Amino acid sequence: MTPTGVEALPERPARPEIRAIRAPEHVLEIVSDSGEGAQKCGQIFGNVSARMGNGVWTVEIIPAEIEPPPRSPSGASGNRVRIGSGPVTNWGDETDLVVAFNEQALLGRHRLGALAPGATVLIENLWATHSDPEIRKQWSEAMAEMEGPGYRMIEVPMEERCLTVVDNARRGKNMFVLGMLAWIYGRDPDLCRQQIEGAFRKKSEDVAAANVRLFQVGYDWAAETLDFRIEVPPARLRDPMVVLNGNQAIALGAVAAGMELAAMYPITPATSVSHMLGEMFERFGGVLHQAEDEIAAVGVAIGASYAGKVAFTITSGPGLALKTEFLGLSIMSEIPLVVVDVQRGGPSTGLPTKVEQSDLLAAIFGQPGDAPHVVIAPATIEECFHVMVTARRIAEAFRAVVVVLSDANLATGMQPFPRPSIDPAWQAESPNQSPVPEGTQPYAWDPRTGLSTRIVPGRPGGMHTLTGLAHDEASHVVYDSSTHQRGSAMRSRKIAVLQRALRPPVVNGPPEGDLLVVGWGSTKGAIEEAVERARTEGLSVSSLHLRFLSPLEPGLRDIFGRFGKVMTVEINYSDEPDDPYITEENRRRGQLAWLLRAQTLVDVDCWTRVPGEPLRPRVILEAVRGRLRKERLP
Amino acid sequence: MSDLCSLAVCGLGDDRSFTLGDYEGPLPRWCPGCGDHSVLAAMQRLLVAEQLEPERTVFVSGIGCSSRLPHYVRTYGFHGIHGRALPVATGIKLHRPDLTVFVVMGDGDCTSIGAGHWLHATRYNMDMTALLLDNNIYGLTKNQTSPTTPQGYPSNTQPRGSWLPALNPVEATLGVTNASFVAQTAEWIPAHLFATLQAAHRHRGFAFVRVLQRCPKFTAPLFEEGVRKPDVIELVVHDDGVTVPGLTEVYKHSIRHDPRDLDGARRLAEGGDRIRLGVFFRDESRPRYEDIRWLRSFTAEEKITLLEEELERHAV
Repeated sequence: MTPTGVEALPERPARPEIRAIRAPEHVLEIVSDSGEGAQKCGQIFGNVSARMGNGVWTVEIIPAEIEPPPRSPSGASGNRVRIGSGPVTNWGDETDLVVAFNEQALLGRHRLGALAPGATVLIENLWATHSDPEIRKQWSEAMAEMEGPGYRMIEVPMEERCLTVVDNARRGKNMFVLGMLAWIYGRDPDLCRQQIEGAFRKKSEDVAAANVRLFQVGYDWAAETLDFRIEVPPARLRDPMVVLNGNQAIALGAVAAGMELAAMYPITPATSVSHMLGEMFERFGGVLHQAEDEIAAVGVAIGASYAGKVAFTITSGPGLALKTEFLGLSIMSEIPLVVVDVQRGGPSTGLPTKVEQSDLLAAIFGQPGDAPHVVIAPATIEECFHVMVTARRIAEAFRAVVVVLSDANLATGMQPFPRPSIDPAWQAESPNQSPVPEGTQPYAWDPRTGLSTRIVPGRPGGMHTLTGLAHDEASHVVYDSSTHQRGSAMRSRKIAVLQRALRPPVVNGPPEGDLLVVGWGSTKGAIEEAVERARTEGLSVSSLHLRFLSPLEPGLRDIFGRFGKVMTVEINYSDEPDDPYITEENRRRGQLAWLLRAQTLVDVDCWTRVPGEPLRPRVILEAVRGRLRKERLP
Repeated sequence: MSDLCSLAVCGLGDDRSFTLGDYEGPLPRWCPGCGDHSVLAAMQRLLVAEQLEPERTVFVSGIGCSSRLPHYVRTYGFHGIHGRALPVATGIKLHRPDLTVFVVMGDGDCTSIGAGHWLHATRYNMDMTALLLDNNIYGLTKNQTSPTTPQGYPSNTQPRGSWLPALNPVEATLGVTNASFVAQTAEWIPAHLFATLQAAHRHRGFAFVRVLQRCPKFTAPLFEEGVRKPDVIELVVHDDGVTVPGLTEVYKHSIRHDPRDLDGARRLAEGGDRIRLGVFFRDESRPRYEDIRWLRSFTAEEKITLLEEELERHAV
């Protein structure tokens, strides 16, 4: 029985004529039940593509549970890969080609609107003719539901073919699919085989060999059966590249920065930083301490920082909330500290595995009392690496708390980027242990800059008691008004000194025009792509991306002044201007928009969404068009 | 990280000797008659007795009357936030095992807001001395019930008397896996206090000492009997515990208890009619977290070589 809309191919057809589709970029995804290996398939495909010189952005499709019930739409697990001829900076728009291990996983993706109209679907055909009538019924109903967008459905005998190599096809389909995709996209089979062997050799040589055979079976099936291939010509490889996700980049960046102690408590989506550190940190003399709770984690990091090299803690929104009081102490007593917040959807437990940029204001203003400190957001996976060096250095030089705001998009996205050339100067020096000259104060604030040099325990003559109470230069508890005024000024002044050392941000596109789109964090790639597309449509749009959120980078007012309208694009909630009850006066705006309006007195607008997934360039483009259209109307 | 150990003594000979004056800080601002004064005096005496280098000694405290103690000792001090002295001390010791760490907490700090850390610090068993200065009340915030306030004793927050039986910190600590030193002493018996602090300091591991101490302002009646009537005290004595010569002449009741006997320690801690002072439990063979996690230090060059290898694993 062939349900409507499904093109059932004969098992061994005569060689069809092959249509080559040339595309500057393509988005494909592989979805399965949890545990069927779709993620590994996608990762290897991404790695091979990167090696061949394609731009790549890989992102995991993760269900909320570890092993949700099989064949359920909400349980789709897998990997989404965008490849391009040039550099790829974000996950792109809807998926062009999808491989599904069952129709329910596919249905889940369809319902989310993840697939482009007319997308090519390669689907396991086992279920259409399954002995269980319930499964056959689910198949037909799913196919009927997915009729609308005109997907091109191609049935693939995955199970049947895999059983020619292995006894349990559930463990082999992923490499069969890799073989199939390798033929479709013209991936170098030798490179694929190398990667497969690398991935499975840990288990055994036999397992590796079986997986290579499965790859070949998939490759041959596609070559004999399919009538199309997709060509995304690779650019020439320029520099040596590495492929990392944002959390791995943070872990390696921390090592490159010479940090030697990280304290954390498990929290999604930050935890994989500590997985990486747990695996490798000790080889560098580093200690990953899993504390009893989020508060203890930051306390341990502060204790370590106080006594030696700058330490760091890793968390996500709910954990950041718990660390608040300790951050206040660190700021008050000027203990350098790096805090990594891999943001997720909130408030409360929110969307633990999903992307959002809703911690910005909490990160800057979350601590009761006046608590000036630094907040930086890496915009790319590559920046996740380098930001740790920057953060460590600023923390040390300014005796400051530095919060690094990453997010689930950077954390789970994988991208090739130029291999960092490691600089020995990035490494933290061992703290000074020499005697302290007589009369040196623990807070010898330079009255112009607020800067002072910390005295680490172990230094003879430097004994003092650090305190979170108001204190003078000698760290004596003093409550009088002039001392508190002076201490507050000194802690604030440091941030201004840092701001004066920053370079003004560079506008992407013409320095003047009708609209400036301003973003921060992981949205950079998608925003710039959208804005560039808008310009090809003749719209006068540029974009600006901020890394420093506290202090804000200099020159913003001048930059904004050269545009008719300024609008932030963010993954956090804001009221739409035409929503019921919403007025100019009560509208709650995107978090960066709040900041920019307060700091620049420019009427900054915003367009924000909380879809639980990265923004698509096309959707941003539509927002840009919409805002400009509105501007032209009286 | 351990390269700091070798740096810590840079240029200084071992010929220094320290007197009480070397450890004295500014004049304490506790109430007259407050037990904190005795603890401070015993602590300074200990520093002299053990000739601890001031620059390599750190006092970590939380918030409360007793947590002001670091300000009055001329060593390094970390006067942090309420309930969180132990995580800070953990971080210091983990990164700088060469430093001598004392932790000073009140009963609110240790047994209430920071109770989770207390349990885990006991289990980490890092080499530090943790003092619970227990006056059975929140003093600094002016008379609120604490977990160790005896049932029925009134305060500003429970004016008709504390609703629940008091938490027993010695019993609780003895219940934690990997506890290695648990003792109880009283600030009004300076010789016992000093001997207990000394035994705690010399213990390699997490030495937990509950110090019973008077708050003349809010809990004077609770300790009056213990102070005035030696009869209500029972000394827990052993050659491996704390034995103060002459003390048994004043305190007639004593019980021999081998500190290696954990079951016996738990039975003793559960109570009885008298206040028991001494070492309940001591076992230096328990694993210490900083020993388990100890790593040699790496030069920047070594790290860069390793980092290049790591990047190579992710190279395409």
